[in-house]
Amino acid sequence: MAERHPHNYTGFLGWVEDRFPMMETWKAHLAEYYAPKNFNFWYFFGSLAMLVLVIQIVSGLFLAFHYKPDTTLAFASVEYIMRDVPSGWFIRYMHSTGASAFFIVVYLHMFRGLIYGSYKGKRELIWLIGMAIYLALMATAFMGYLLPWGQMSYWGAQVIINLFNTIPVIGEGLSTWIRGDFVLGDATLNRFFALHFFLPSLVLPALVFVHIVALHAVGSNNPDGVEIKKGPKGNRWSDTAPADGIPFHPYYSVKDILGVVVFLMGFFAILFFAPEGGGYFLEQPNFEPANALKTPLHIAPVWYFTPFYTVLRAIPDPFFGTLAMFSAIAVLFALPWIDRNPMKSWRYRNNAHKINLMLFAAVFLVLGWMGVEAVTPAFKELGTRMTQIYFLFFVVLWIHSNPAKAKYVMWFGILLGAVIAYDFIFRFTAGDSGATVQMIIQFIWPAAYLALTLLLPAFKASCNEEKPVPDRVTG
Amino acid sequence: MKKFIASVMFALTASVMASGAAMANTGGVPLEKANVNIHDQSSLQVGAKYFANYCMGCHSLNFSRYNRVATDLGLTNEQVAKNLIFTRTDGEPTKVGELMKNGMSQKDSAEWFGAPPPDLSLTGRSRGPDWIYSYLKAFYVDKTRPMGVNNTVFANVGMPHVLWELQGLQEQECTKHGEGEHAVEHCALKTVTPGTMSAAEYDKVVRDITNFLTYVAEPAQLHRKSYGIFVLLFLGLFAVLAYFLKKEYWKDVH
Ligand code: HEC
Ligand code: HEM
Repeated sequence: MAERHPHNYTGFLGWVEDRFPMMETWKAHLAEYYAPKNFNFWYFFGSLAMLVLVIQIVSGLFLAFHYKPDTTLAFASVEYIMRDVPSGWFIRYMHSTGASAFFIVVYLHMFRGLIYGSYKGKRELIWLIGMAIYLALMATAFMGYLLPWGQMSYWGAQVIINLFNTIPVIGEGLSTWIRGDFVLGDATLNRFFALHFFLPSLVLPALVFVHIVALHAVGSNNPDGVEIKKGPKGNRWSDTAPADGIPFHPYYSVKDILGVVVFLMGFFAILFFAPEGGGYFLEQPNFEPANALKTPLHIAPVWYFTPFYTVLRAIPDPFFGTLAMFSAIAVLFALPWIDRNPMKSWRYRNNAHKINLMLFAAVFLVLGWMGVEAVTPAFKELGTRMTQIYFLFFVVLWIHSNPAKAKYVMWFGILLGAVIAYDFIFRFTAGDSGATVQMIIQFIWPAAYLALTLLLPAFKASCNEEKPVPDRVTG
Repeated sequence: MKKFIASVMFALTASVMASGAAMANTGGVPLEKANVNIHDQSSLQVGAKYFANYCMGCHSLNFSRYNRVATDLGLTNEQVAKNLIFTRTDGEPTKVGELMKNGMSQKDSAEWFGAPPPDLSLTGRSRGPDWIYSYLKAFYVDKTRPMGVNNTVFANVGMPHVLWELQGLQEQECTKHGEGEHAVEHCALKTVTPGTMSAAEYDKVVRDITNFLTYVAEPAQLHRKSYGIFVLLFLGLFAVLAYFLKKEYWKDVH
């Protein structure tokens, strides 16, 4: 064990510091943690995610005081909270609004990572831990949504758990193991409650902790993608700290307070004036108790899962659909190894890359939208085309790793050919003219996507130009 | 070329949007706006009274308590006990602190009506006020149904038209426009036997019942928004403060 740094604290602080590295930790992670001085809007969402985690844990604890994980009592206990528990409605709306807010914040936080290349420069583990957090969050929200035992709780969980049935050989056993019974029922509700308490109060905080430890070991990235630790040294606070760094506390603590207040204004506006979030945060059918004999007309998962639900529905074969859905999440883990371009921030990368990222965001939104709509031939095709683009994005991202040498036209041909081959082999059914017409019309989406991201930089030099990354952060 | 691409894009988006909109319309029957106001206490009181007299025999409000309704509707517990409580618990008249259950057995009623009358505590949220309002106005005579009535909002409904004495009886009249395959049917409800109330009076009663069911679905909504205004005002002030605090600290960062 290495010797600890000597300290100059006296009195109570000194007494504590002799026994516990309180001020040492405070300094290492806040008062003397030097963050780049050019953080922008996108950098609010990390601290906001921690705030929402706390909101969920505290409101969840108060809900758990009154909630009953029993299929005959659960629905009534939630209504008891809404009506008879003092301020119970407020606690429940904190929690239900918080769940949706969590995903909004986390999606924006992840998109920040994408546009500024924050998974690069020894930051791969930060990204991987972040993905683990995202998985745990999805599991938590999925299990939490069962707890009120409404129609959507029941049928949503039914659909998702039955997906596991499609896995060959072990499928049936696996879904029975998850449910704890042959049917979705009391055993499932009981264990989902236990896990819904355990994951966010123990696993998530632990993951967030290592996420931050990894971040502070490497240092934060920033909108310029410049490593401040590699730049000149010395600032007003320390001769050895990076010149472009400022102490997290008080600079970013006061800035984050502003972010928190603005966020809370939006949060409470929804909570007090539209707690159902337009039917997306609390779905209407969930105000009816679960009924195993009455399938709702239209089963849609909560909005934050719908992009992946669309991917699932894009492939008619249940097993391959499930596989595609899980791959859509799994591929995100590999992002640091797909995007090999040494430049981090999109600010300095070629325009084709910027277009690629913006289209990806748009495609993700359309996938989400398709997941809440009932399937019509036009929507079905749109969902399928967006799914194709979702996966093409990662190949294009990889091609953009080296713009100077990329064989754009060749790749355009290969990928477009792959889409056509896929359509022909797996999707074309002779005789179904309606579907074929849709398939042909909406072929424009992947074709346009590939043209914008691959042909544009091939034929328009200005779209393939990378700008020099400055030595120091700007602004 | 750019213009061509733009117009193709536009056409595609428009066609996708249009098919979406068309879906939404054919899915449900067009509903009338209920225009309820949960802050109108006298409307809520009338609605509660009609509900207790005409509906509670079949429909419970399992999650609502009589004395909470009393407080929220500006009634005394005695008024509620006298005007709203017709059930007995263990031989005694049901107490005001109890939940608004009724004595009907779900099993028997399922046999009588083909479906048990559902609990209506949350119908104001699951179906929404417009649906309830339209539903209560949409019963029409249909001799083929066991109860002699059908409903344009809820096809083949099991519930009898319990308010028929007030509204009178309606029949559905359909006219065909066009020929053969392209013919479209337009159906409308026409009063054939007048009730004790005028159409406007009946609409008001139905609106009051709907208002009451909307309130019962979420009693917290009576106060929720006024808390919201205070919270947002406070946060607004705090935001100004936080903004200047940040500005002051960041003055020396260049
Ligand atoms: C004689 C018993 C009876 C009475 C009295 C009665 N209903 Fe019904 N009601 C039913 C039955 C049975 C159903 C279920 C119909 C079905 O599912 O086919 C029903 C269904 C409903 C529904 C639809 C609920 C849903 O979400 O599916 C509403 C709303 C409703 N009733 C409102 C009322 C109102 C308001 C009154 C008083 C004016 C009333 N009912 C009086 C028997 C009754
Ligand atoms: C990552 C954090 C969390 C997320 C994303 C989350 C999400 C959810 C969701 C989506 C629901 C259903 C909401 C509804 O329809 O009302 C729910 C319900 C519930 N959660 Fe959580 N939760 C989190 C943390 C917690 C914690 C830490 C606890 C307990 C300490 C908890 C306890 C409950 C209880 C008791 C319910 C059922 C009551 C209800 O439905 O309102 N949650 N949660």
